[in-house]
Amino acid sequence: MKKENFDADKRKMFIIYGICILGLVYIIRLFSLQVLDSNYKEWANSNAFLNKKRYPPRGVMYDRNNKLLVYNQQSYDVMVVMRETKEFDTLAFCRAVNINKEYFRKKWADVKNRKLNPGYSSYTPQTFLTQLGSKEYGILQESIYKFPGFYLQNKPIRKYNYPNAAHVLGYIAEADKQNLADDEYYVRGDYIGKTGVEKQYESYLRGTKGVEILLRDAHGRIKGKYKEGIHDQDPIPGKDLTLSLDIDLQAYGEMLMTNKLGSIIMIEPETGEILCMVSSPTYDPSILNLVGRQFSENFVKLTKDPYTPLINRALNGTYPPGSTFKPAQALVFLEENIIQPSTAYSCYHGWPPGGGRPGCHGHGSPLALVDAIGTSCNSYFCWGLKAMLENKKYSSIENAMDKWRDLMVSQGFGYPLGVDLPGEKRGRIPNGQFYDKIYTRWNPFTVISNSIGQGEIEETPLQICNLAATIANRGYYCTPHVVKKIRDTALDSTYTKRKYTGIAPEHYEAIVAGMRKAVTGGTSTRANIPGIEVCGKTGTAQNKGKDHSIFMAFAPKDNPKVAISVLVENGGFGATNALPIARLMLEKYLNGQISESSVWEEEKLKNTIILRNVVLPKKQYME
Amino acid sequence: MLSYPKSSIWSSLDWMTVSIYVVMVIAGWFTIYAASYDFDQVSIFNLSGRAGMQMIWIVISVVTGFSILLIEKSFYDIFAYWIYIFLIFLLIVTIFVAPDIKGSRSWLVMGPVRLQAAEFAKFATALAVARFMNGYRFELMKTKNFAVVLGLIFLPMVLIMLQKETGSALIFLAFFIMLYREGMPGTIIFTGFCTVLYFLIALKLDETFWGVTPLGEYVILILSLFFIYIILYNYKKGRRTNKYIIFSSLGLVVVSVVVSFFVEFNLSRVTLAILILTVLAVLVNYIRFRVLRYLYVIFFAIFSIVYLYSVDYFFNDVLEPYQQTRVKVALGMIDDPGGAGYNVNQSKIAIGSGGLFGKGYLNGTQTKLKYVPEQDTDFIFCTVGEEEGFFGASIIMLLFMTLIIRLIFLAERQRTRFNRIYGYSVASILTFHLAVNIGMVIGIMPVIGIPLPFFSYGGSSICAFTILLFIFLRLDAARHR
Repeated sequence: MKKENFDADKRKMFIIYGICILGLVYIIRLFSLQVLDSNYKEWANSNAFLNKKRYPPRGVMYDRNNKLLVYNQQSYDVMVVMRETKEFDTLAFCRAVNINKEYFRKKWADVKNRKLNPGYSSYTPQTFLTQLGSKEYGILQESIYKFPGFYLQNKPIRKYNYPNAAHVLGYIAEADKQNLADDEYYVRGDYIGKTGVEKQYESYLRGTKGVEILLRDAHGRIKGKYKEGIHDQDPIPGKDLTLSLDIDLQAYGEMLMTNKLGSIIMIEPETGEILCMVSSPTYDPSILNLVGRQFSENFVKLTKDPYTPLINRALNGTYPPGSTFKPAQALVFLEENIIQPSTAYSCYHGWPPGGGRPGCHGHGSPLALVDAIGTSCNSYFCWGLKAMLENKKYSSIENAMDKWRDLMVSQGFGYPLGVDLPGEKRGRIPNGQFYDKIYTRWNPFTVISNSIGQGEIEETPLQICNLAATIANRGYYCTPHVVKKIRDTALDSTYTKRKYTGIAPEHYEAIVAGMRKAVTGGTSTRANIPGIEVCGKTGTAQNKGKDHSIFMAFAPKDNPKVAISVLVENGGFGATNALPIARLMLEKYLNGQISESSVWEEEKLKNTIILRNVVLPKKQYME
Repeated sequence: MLSYPKSSIWSSLDWMTVSIYVVMVIAGWFTIYAASYDFDQVSIFNLSGRAGMQMIWIVISVVTGFSILLIEKSFYDIFAYWIYIFLIFLLIVTIFVAPDIKGSRSWLVMGPVRLQAAEFAKFATALAVARFMNGYRFELMKTKNFAVVLGLIFLPMVLIMLQKETGSALIFLAFFIMLYREGMPGTIIFTGFCTVLYFLIALKLDETFWGVTPLGEYVILILSLFFIYIILYNYKKGRRTNKYIIFSSLGLVVVSVVVSFFVEFNLSRVTLAILILTVLAVLVNYIRFRVLRYLYVIFFAIFSIVYLYSVDYFFNDVLEPYQQTRVKVALGMIDDPGGAGYNVNQSKIAIGSGGLFGKGYLNGTQTKLKYVPEQDTDFIFCTVGEEEGFFGASIIMLLFMTLIIRLIFLAERQRTRFNRIYGYSVASILTFHLAVNIGMVIGIMPVIGIPLPFFSYGGSSICAFTILLFIFLRLDAARHR
């Protein structure tokens, strides 16, 4: 061969180097794609896997007599995977699910709006419509093939057997932005308990979502389960709850409270179980089980109602307790040795040191403790409080006030009791510091209104009922609760442990006797039910408007079965409205029926309307 | 035609290449099975599946390869032109009779069999070029010779382009690697390289400004200047004057950049002026020394300038819109995962999800669920990447490189020019296929539809590559005689 005029060997090596560089570059590229960059794995998963949520049935609720209160009904959501949607007949879709075009457009935009839907991805199923009726479900199911990217997902909704106990049961609704941000368990379209037991026991009721990992090919067709479903998770059903409520009693209470504002609470003293918790006005819980437009319409209506039906007055309303506070007051004096049961104080239609203020009604004078409670003598408790605050053993009025407050708190006032419902208020029991802040100098006369449950004292109706329960128990209470049993789960010990007040049990006997005296021959005689030893105490709470009518009681006197508090806003004297309601409730619960002699009262109360005049916002006038 | 006892063929056969071939074909067969694997999957041997069909093609290929080894080696030399002419005839026929399949007219349909003549044109062209260049005292760079060689290469290329198979046509550029080895000036390859580089830079930096200087234009001018410096520096004759030219030109560039920090002006205009001044200086040198290569520098500079200002025209008016999009996607200028970028995007997802060791054979979700289009033909490497991971993909890459480098060594040890040229052609064609196919799959080359040798599904492809390779093995086995 002829000698070439170029360096063949050098050229050969150039070519080989070139090939090696090419190989190296490609291998480095492969390394960066496959090993360094983890994004591709996620993209591959969102490509190939359709994680189909499987919703567990939410736990149902029974009342204490195993009557089914809340259960689930099949319902379907329309899901959409945006990336899979193609051109389709929007109008046909709207017709199938019975919505109008504007609503469709709004929903379409909402799904894509990351502000409303933080977890949005065009690759994963997003909730488009919720709670399809069975008719719409049928129509859409048949024509779903015309709408690629749309899926139907089974998601049960809540149904209610009774139109009662809305405040206790609460409602569920789609998880809002805050819920989604707080707990990543929820995705848009999931339901979450918003109030009541539904909210408080959400973690038990909801169960755990399962997931079915399906393989999806490039055309969006489902090609079966991933690895025969070994990575699938079965949904874990929510736990059923048995409430301590007696739904018949609850319904009866709600009936009696019709057209009145206020609350009825009944507690089984020994266990702290709440037998009924009426807050009036109330609403039918089933109007809030709807989701979507109907839900918001109903919700707005309830929000705008001037009588605030959404508020659970039993825990959320704070009122001056009036005379129902007197037994608690007396217990503090007895414990602190300020008075003996035999101690008698004088009263002349009013408290003499206050120049006849606070006033009192006509009764014998002087009175010992039992009669003082029986007749609800104001002066007696003013004398008592004055004696306590001026007692030298505390060295200062602030210390005396603090001691007084501590004993009040031990009886369940001043702080939330810890009922298993959201939104409980604490009420107010002032201490020495409280007055130091308000007044440069203060003395027993400054705070004397507190002795009769006025002044700065505020309590929730639940706290009033709890007082009745502690007296019934002679010195302890169990934290009131509405859930009696969680299936397969022990109840939190908070609700089973006895909490003793700071007052010795022996002091309670005089109080019980006083409350019994009130029923047999004092202020509460209309609560005297033949055959049952009812112990009660009326209260008339002064406020800006007409007095609130309050009554608390327990029965029977020995081995009490029930404690009750009734509060009727602007209902006048305690004996006027609250007491007869309590009487009927006690009869209903303890006797199972209303005696013939009480039927007229039931009729009368049912038809009593006590609604304060409210000034409606201007807008509503115009409507 | 059997003139040698069988044993001598077998003993002088390059078994290393044969082993790599066997490993690749089997690996390819399994990969096709995985790539076409479905949930109601048929057996790998079932003829209704793609793997089953490929098995038939593999058998046909192996028989063909075996037959090739048995044919007298001078047959290829003697019949090289006839084979070439026959294939050219087939290519022409194809243009007129082929039905339109996915936009290309490259398939000859004969009953149940479909053949792609373009695949076979590669070995035919290699034979013809080798035969032509094998002449006594052949000098490649004689104008007439070079023109004939280019003609032999471009004729099938143009015919294949007419079949709308741009990818297969581009493969014929691989012959330039062989031509470089055979003495073609490296500057031609360099110019080709610059053409592509300028094109990409001009597009990528289009509309990008540095002050008032259009960056794309400026970068290309600076690159051209530096290329000129390098060429000048390497020329021995008149090195001193060359140095003066380089330093004064470079000095002007630096001064212009420094001044531009204080006074705003269009740097690219000034650099263009410097480039023209440099070219004039080189021209003076040419007149003084009469060295042809100075003229080449001048041509290069002029070519660069003309090319630079015609890229936009070329891109917008010569390229088809779909080609423009593919180039832009490959350059990362547009992100279009739903449209033109879909294939590449899905292919990157499939490969990227494979991780270090892959998802395991037949466990690839992306390929199994058909996310990657053409996954058993052009995008077959995705399946390797997804199921066997970085580990498996690298092994395949290394296997290809070993084969190619082995072929270069074999080519170099040939005693006849015919054998060597043919061997280099085989190595070059394989290199080009590897670079373009895998480059496309991993997203650093535009989507050009060509198969991965021995792996991609298709009878024409595997048969043509077997013939291509085995003719060389046959030539090599008889190199001593």
